[in-house]
Formats: sequence, structure tokens, C-alpha cells
Amino acid sequence: MELASGVPPAAAGMIQAENLCKKFGELEAVRDISFQVNEGEIFAFLGPNGAGKTTTIKMLTTLLRPTSGVVRIDGLDPVSQQHQARKRFGIVFQDASLDDELTAHENMDFHGLLYSVPRRVRAEGIERLLKMFELWDRRGDLVKTFSGGMRRRLEIARGLLHTPKILFLDEPTLGLDPQTRNQLWSHVRQLNAEQRVTVFLTTHYMEEAERVAERIAIIDHGRIVAQGSPAELKRQTGSETLEQAFLALTGATIRDEEASSVDQMRNIARMWTRRPR
Amino acid sequence: MNTVYVLWIRQLKRYVRSRARIVGALGQPLLYLLAFGLGFGPTFAKAGEGSYIQFLVPGVIGMSILFTALFSGVDLIWDRQFGFLKETLVAPVPRLMIMIGRTLGGATVAMLQGLILVVLCLLVGFRPAGWHAWPLAFLYMGLIAVMFTALGTAIASVLEDFQGFQLVMSFLVMPIFFLSGALFPLNNTIGPIKIIASFDPLSYGVDGLRGALTGGGYHFGATTDLAVMSSLTACLLALGTYLFSKVQL
Ligand SMILES: Nc1ncnc2c1ncn2[C@@H]1O[C@H](COP(=O)(O)OP(=O)(O)OP(=O)(O)O)[C@@H](O)[C@H]1O
Ligand SMILES: [Mg+2]
Repeated sequence: MELASGVPPAAAGMIQAENLCKKFGELEAVRDISFQVNEGEIFAFLGPNGAGKTTTIKMLTTLLRPTSGVVRIDGLDPVSQQHQARKRFGIVFQDASLDDELTAHENMDFHGLLYSVPRRVRAEGIERLLKMFELWDRRGDLVKTFSGGMRRRLEIARGLLHTPKILFLDEPTLGLDPQTRNQLWSHVRQLNAEQRVTVFLTTHYMEEAERVAERIAIIDHGRIVAQGSPAELKRQTGSETLEQAFLALTGATIRDEEASSVDQMRNIARMWTRRPR
Repeated sequence: MNTVYVLWIRQLKRYVRSRARIVGALGQPLLYLLAFGLGFGPTFAKAGEGSYIQFLVPGVIGMSILFTALFSGVDLIWDRQFGFLKETLVAPVPRLMIMIGRTLGGATVAMLQGLILVVLCLLVGFRPAGWHAWPLAFLYMGLIAVMFTALGTAIASVLEDFQGFQLVMSFLVMPIFFLSGALFPLNNTIGPIKIIASFDPLSYGVDGLRGALTGGGYHFGATTDLAVMSSLTACLLALGTYLFSKVQL
């Protein structure tokens, strides 16, 4: 599909990426990826550590400028129409984004204020979500006293407080117990079914991706190596399970170490060169 | 408007909740008052400069506001490292509003810290020229607060972590304080120091504050102080806003 710059594409995908690239110095974190997520779809990004999932999400959500390529969020350009684009989505980040020195309730309430959720709706939403994620009894406690899992639940509850057109979930279930995971996915599916919220998620849990996502893109070393429905991916690779398909497409080597050594290099480099990101 | 309110009240809540930090941040200025005020007092008086405590208090108030404001601005680095910055940056609110909220919050906190110190100074025996001195004094305190919160934000927008911060402290913040005439009268000092001090924004803030509180003992003059302080504050606000608008994660 052609994306003439400046001309918003006709009501095509909710999220579109065309030849998207991101370089951090020498490192090509995202290399020329293209995909489309349709309105009301649940789409999953699957990939080993360091594949470029979070980097892609950051470019889609206005936090990072692409090195090259085109992105559209509901037809809007996250680079030149940041403000409009931000009204379209909500996001649960992979890593922490809470204010530790505020209470759970304050974190929720401030989020609601920033997203202009009307007072009544805000109060009801906060109560409903904090109860759903079993944090209501702890709402008055400072977040710094929370366990890792409780923080994670609060991040998710906060991300769901306003109902956006697009919901980005970057490894939302990392470190969560199975009950909470179920809770989250059934809520997400309900939002998707009842309010046609488009969902873009990343996860390392294959069975989760298979259960929740209608379409999956497998990303490795910054490239999309395959995309399609879980059934299509299995058929393409002649695998029984999605996990086998995943391993067939990305190889069986562990990426953790590689990513962390790159991270180390990056930190060392950062100590000496103080360039802003 | 919500945005400004949220970021402002957030800073206030964090401030009020960190009592240890409030008390800790009073330690240094009180030590200055004690060591310099009482220690140097007699020498100062002998040199015919009058009461050193009266002279020193505006300087120490300026210092306390300088540090509190700067650290509030630099809080941005924490927010970046601990993640809260992301939450504000993806919200559908203009960055300008975020910047205004943060700056107002930081400046309010710095003002509060300055006010606590004012009360302590009054208890210790500091006497301003009169109650009418306060409105103008508060204006200067406010300008110092806003100016250095904005400077802190500008610095924090460029730094990624605290490693570079030490450099900024030693080569920018400490000189700003020590060369500002907060501790010694600029009238009688040697030429080079006078020249350096005239490039130090805090000199004008402290001079204005001192002039207001002592009823006229200005070095640069009331008009100069006010003009320099307001225009520099505006410039630093603009710079901070610009650099903050460029922040990526
Ligand atoms: N700010 C940055 N500066 C330099 N390199 C970066 C930066 N952010 C990410 N990278 C690098 O880009 C690559 C992709 O990282 P990214 O966080 O997108 O991976 P990911 O797919 O989300 O991995 P994970 O599953 O571990 O979350 C990694 O090699 C990482 O080290
Ligand atoms: Mg990631």
C-alpha cells in the first residue's frame, strides 16, 4: 500500500508501519519492517529478547523518532501530529512508569486527570479496576511499599482507566500470577469485543499469544520474519504448536546474553559520550 | 489546566512527604548562618560593614532556594530513570503544559523551603527593614525559584543519568552560589570577582532580595536587579521548554 506523505490514507489500518527503521548509533534495532493492524483487531508481536519490539512500540507511541519509514496511528503521523496521535492510544509499558512516592489511588487519579476522564467516570473506573486487580485495599499506600507483582497490576489498571481506540500492551503479563493474567486477558478481550478497541501486544508466552491474538508477527533481529494468524504460522512452518513455529522461525539460540552484552556495551559507551538520546 | 495542576500537586505531595529531606535541606543554610554569621560577624563589624547576620540572611535564603529549585528541576532525571516521565510524555497533553506544571511545582517547593528558612532566621534574630519589605522580597525569592527550576529542567533534559550531574554541580551550581555575593559584599571585593559576579544570575537575585530586606542596600540597583532577573528567568524558561520538548526516551 502506498502512503503518500501528508495525505492521510483512506480509513485503512488503525496502525500502519511502512519500511520502519530505527538505528541507535551503529545498532539497527528495527530494520525495515512493515505491517498493518486493522481496526478492532488484536495483534501480537512475538520475538526473542532484543528483537526490537519495545523500540517499535516507542516509535508508534511518539516516544521515539523513527530513523526512517512511515508510521500512522489512526491515520495520524506520531512525529508531526504527536498531540492528536496521543489522544488515540493508551499504553502499558514493559518497564516501570509509576510514581513511587504517590499512593496507588493518586497514580490512578492523576492518570485520569491527564487523560481528561470526567470526575464521576474516573472515580468509578478507579474503584472498578483497583478491585479487579485486587489493589483496592491498598489504594492509600505509597507505591514504593508495593511488591513487584502489585506494581505491575497497578500499571495495568492505570493503563485501562481511559478507553482509548488503540491499546498498546508491552509484555503486560511479565511477572504476574496466572489468576491476574487471566483477569487481564478476559478484560482485554471484553474491551475489544464491546468497544472495538484495537490491541497491539507483545508477549513471550506463546499460549497467551495464541489464545488472545488474531494475528501475530514474529520479529527477530529487528526484522519481521513471518506474520499471519496462529494457524497460518503453524501451517507455514509445518509445526504442531506455535512454540515450535516460533523456534523454527527464530532459531533456538538464546538471545538474553547477546542482548545483555549489547546493553553493557551501550552503558559503557554512554559513560563516555554524553549525547542525548 | 489539569496537566499543570497534576504536575504541580505531585511535586508538592512528594515534598511534603519527604520530611527528612526538608529538615536535611535546612541543615546546610543553618550551618552557614552559624559558622559564617557568628564566626565572621565580629570581623565584619570591625571592617565597618555592619551586622553580618543581617547581610548574610538574604544570601543564605537565596542559596537555599537555588539548591531546592535546581534539584526539583533535576528530578526529571529520576523520573526518566524510574519511568514516570514516560507516563507524562505519552499523555495527550502539550509538553508546554507539562513543563509549566513541573516548573511551578518545583518553584513552589523551593519557595516553601525558603519560607521555612525565613521563619527560622526571624527566630534567630534577623530583622528586616519593615513588613513592607516582604512583598518585594517574595518577588525576588519567586524569581530565583522559577529561574533555577527552569535551569534544572534544562540541564536534566540534556543529561541521561546522574553521572554528568556531578560535573554540573562542581562547575556550574557551586560557582553560581559562591561567586554571587551571597556570602560577601561585592562593593569591596577585587575587580575580577566583581566582573564574574556580574555574569552570575544569582548575584542579581540575592542583591534584590538583600536590598528589599535591608531597605536599600543595593549593589546593582533595584531596577537592574529586577530587569536582569525577569528577563533571565524568561530566557531560561524558554530554554528549558525547548530542551524538554526535545526529550525522547
Ligand atoms: N535507547 C537505546 N539506545 C541504544 N540501544 C537501544 C536503546 N533501546 C534499545 N536498544 C537496543 O535495541 C535493541 C532492541 O531493543 P528492544 O527493547 O526493542 O527489544 P525487545 O524486543 O523489546 O526485547 P525484550 O523482549 O527484551 O523486551 C536491543 O539490542 C537494545 O539493546
Ligand atoms: Mg521489550
